[in-house]
Amino acid sequence: MTEYTQASWTDEDGDRYEPLLSEKASKTVDIEDSPLPDDLTRDSLELPAPAEPELARHYTRLSQMNYGVESGPFPLGSCTMKYNPSFTEDIAALPAAAVHPDRPDRTVQGTLGLSHRLQDYLGRIGGMDAVTLQPPAGAAGEFTGIQIAKAYHQHNDDDRSEVVIPDSAHGTNFATAAMAGYDVVELPSGEDGRVDIEALEAAVSDETAALMLTNPNTLGLFERDIEHVADIVHDAGGLLYYDGANLNALLGRARPGDMGFDVMHYNVHKTFATPHGGGGPGAGPVGVTEELAPFLPDPHVRQSDGGYEYYSPDHSIGKVHGYYGNWPVLVKAFAYITRLGDSGLADASAKAVLNANYLAQQIPYEVPFGPFHHEFVASAAPQDAADVAKGMLDHGVHPPTTKWPEIVDEALMTEPTEGESQRSLDQLAAAFEAVHGESDGTLAASPTRTAAGRIDQVSAARNPRLSWQALGSDD
Amino acid sequence: MTSPYAPHTEAETDAMLEAVGVDDIESLFDVPDSVAFDGEFGIPAHGEREVRREAARLLGRNDDLTEFLGRGHYTHYVPSVVDDLASRSEFLTSYTQYQPEVAQGFLQALFEYQSMLVELTGLDVANCSMYDEATALGEAATLSQRVRSVSGETILVPDHLRSGKRAVLANYADGPGLTVESYPMADGQADVAALAERMDSDVALVYAETPTVRGVIEERLTDIGELTDDHDALFCLGSDPVALALLERPADVGADVVVGDAASLGTGTAYGFGLGMFVTREEYLRQVPGRLVGASEDSDGRRAYTLTLQTREQHIRKERATSNICTNQAWVALRAAMHAAWLGPDGLVELAEDCVTRPRDLAERLDEVVGVQAPVHDGHNFREVVAHTDQPAHAVVEDLAAEGYAVHEIGEHLIQVAATEVTAEAEDGLVGAIAEVAK
Repeated sequence: MTEYTQASWTDEDGDRYEPLLSEKASKTVDIEDSPLPDDLTRDSLELPAPAEPELARHYTRLSQMNYGVESGPFPLGSCTMKYNPSFTEDIAALPAAAVHPDRPDRTVQGTLGLSHRLQDYLGRIGGMDAVTLQPPAGAAGEFTGIQIAKAYHQHNDDDRSEVVIPDSAHGTNFATAAMAGYDVVELPSGEDGRVDIEALEAAVSDETAALMLTNPNTLGLFERDIEHVADIVHDAGGLLYYDGANLNALLGRARPGDMGFDVMHYNVHKTFATPHGGGGPGAGPVGVTEELAPFLPDPHVRQSDGGYEYYSPDHSIGKVHGYYGNWPVLVKAFAYITRLGDSGLADASAKAVLNANYLAQQIPYEVPFGPFHHEFVASAAPQDAADVAKGMLDHGVHPPTTKWPEIVDEALMTEPTEGESQRSLDQLAAAFEAVHGESDGTLAASPTRTAAGRIDQVSAARNPRLSWQALGSDD
Repeated sequence: MTSPYAPHTEAETDAMLEAVGVDDIESLFDVPDSVAFDGEFGIPAHGEREVRREAARLLGRNDDLTEFLGRGHYTHYVPSVVDDLASRSEFLTSYTQYQPEVAQGFLQALFEYQSMLVELTGLDVANCSMYDEATALGEAATLSQRVRSVSGETILVPDHLRSGKRAVLANYADGPGLTVESYPMADGQADVAALAERMDSDVALVYAETPTVRGVIEERLTDIGELTDDHDALFCLGSDPVALALLERPADVGADVVVGDAASLGTGTAYGFGLGMFVTREEYLRQVPGRLVGASEDSDGRRAYTLTLQTREQHIRKERATSNICTNQAWVALRAAMHAAWLGPDGLVELAEDCVTRPRDLAERLDEVVGVQAPVHDGHNFREVVAHTDQPAHAVVEDLAAEGYAVHEIGEHLIQVAATEVTAEAEDGLVGAIAEVAK
């Protein structure tokens, strides 16, 4: 068993972690003699004022109290935490990549050319006719896709009020549909964890604007009846939306466009290995069929005489980001795709699927559905899945996603990705094994080897203290 | 080729296949033949060095211009230590802090970021980021629908609003059925008299910016705050952390929500890559979109941080969530907090003061150029200034590009020039080039 202890610090009282910068070196400056009249300025400003060595030490310590993909296995289901190659950072940092977004097209032909190439690659990978790079995250991609579907229906004088979403879908799907003004029709999963065709037929009507679907779904199961599903939705006049969160499982094996999907988003921070950055930035390009291309966000890149240019698609939904999306993230995705090519992308998928199947085989918990692709959902019952996760933290691994999807009792949603070796999968399996054998009491007291012990979520929510100003003297 | 980032040796692959009980990996794919794809995308694989060379070749087609551009996307000098520390893989390659016990570092950094925005705005609650200023404004508009005590469907925005921002707002407004309408500007600032006339019970939110997109510092924000109060509308103020270090605190002028792009700290020019600020009053806490980091205690009673109030969020609340945002801009927020701490309050205020004096001095120099009058607007400027050109602005901008400089063309005879410490050494050259082309 791997021994693991995460770094942590206490201050001289021994009762805190790394103090806040404001507690180490706070300073107040009075604003006087400024080049503005007094009535336009604030009176004073209080902020941390560390010297650079103190700053460097502070953030280095914080980084050591944080767990990333390079710290160890990170099988967080549906998040596709794969290794982020270092060289893509250098490419995103090339001086020629750092241009202002208001430059005229003809002066940024390099930027437009790279964008055009990435649009083309993503289109091929998804089986889509046109791709926009503008959405700055997966959920923003969903919003873009649903707005496109809405604009398409409205353009055809066909106002529809509902979006159908399986109960196993990502929470963003529901929130996105509501945000776009749609009523959500929740689709219960069938007994095999897949779309229940009868339930789908009952849910779909001439009010259906779209069905949002992940394939493989969040249980890692391929929707084998996808063509039948597509027919049902299309026959009712609805569109089929593909949530690209699980695309890593299909690279080179199947394409959403070929399955009948009309619109999809790509999570480049998942499938194409751009760093998650502790919760962002991501990027959520959206692909559409030719029929939907006129509704893409404004502006869109196309080839022109001797170069590239922006244009506004005929029935564009407008914009979903103030400029052109999260550009450096897109450059990293471009570099990753160009590095791997057809065979590397397909191999990434193959190894991801192999790893998931191998790991599922090695753990003591039951995996209720199958056969699965890149991720699986085990059931921790009768143990509490959250306790299982806390116990795993003490073994130098990040635990799976817990208690979701709700259709599996005490779910442990596990996605190891292709970046894990057999050895690290065995380490993960050992962590599952160890926690499986631990008593409820031991688990409730875990973790003990991490920077912080079990954190009181209830009091954090009951008495929200969201800034150093709110900490006051009570801490 | 195999993925260079999959560590499997052939022997390991074989052993794992045997453990799983299949002969080859393909048999693990449960894809019906009718939708199977042959894997031929037509994308060739390349070595790392080749990819770097190809990207440099592609991007090398960008013209090498010295940019005096702003209007919402700014460049300040980012110290090397920010790049260095933010690149630490434990930050860069981590995910959302769903297991706070192993994510104290990032949680504390985000807590410090939130705290910085609370100090800068005087408001109580900052989230730990939206995508950019435009999407933050969109979220403010939908927030106004949820918190306002009387119904109203109009969002009022300044006539001089960057079109991209307005277009994003329109998309966010579409779902809840809000209408976006402009109020006039007078001499580069909000026309408060006209705004007062427009106000009625249908107005849910009034948005104003300081500095405005033309770089003018608004002088009547308190009046706008009172107007919105009188009509039970929300007052949303757009700004950025550098400006807020010097200008009146938003809380003191009656702002209910502050949005803006905090990427003006910590991130250089990156083609519009942003960091949406979202700060509001405590009374709207449970309606705030996005993630919040709070202080709590661990099992030993020691201070510890965690994501909190997650019952507002999409992964729990689904269609009743306050927003669909999930992945945000956490790493960019980390960079902004680092940069602000590196500057300290002295450095940040000095930087802000430089943003006032630099365009003022530049305007004086431009005004002496034959064929140019600057500034066009009375009042104080921040970072940028609008100038009138006797020649058509389009021709001036084109000719300047030929000389190696980029400025904005914003009207038939109006150009806009943004200047920060980063462009200081190029100012003489720019003024000289304008003197050449504006005659």
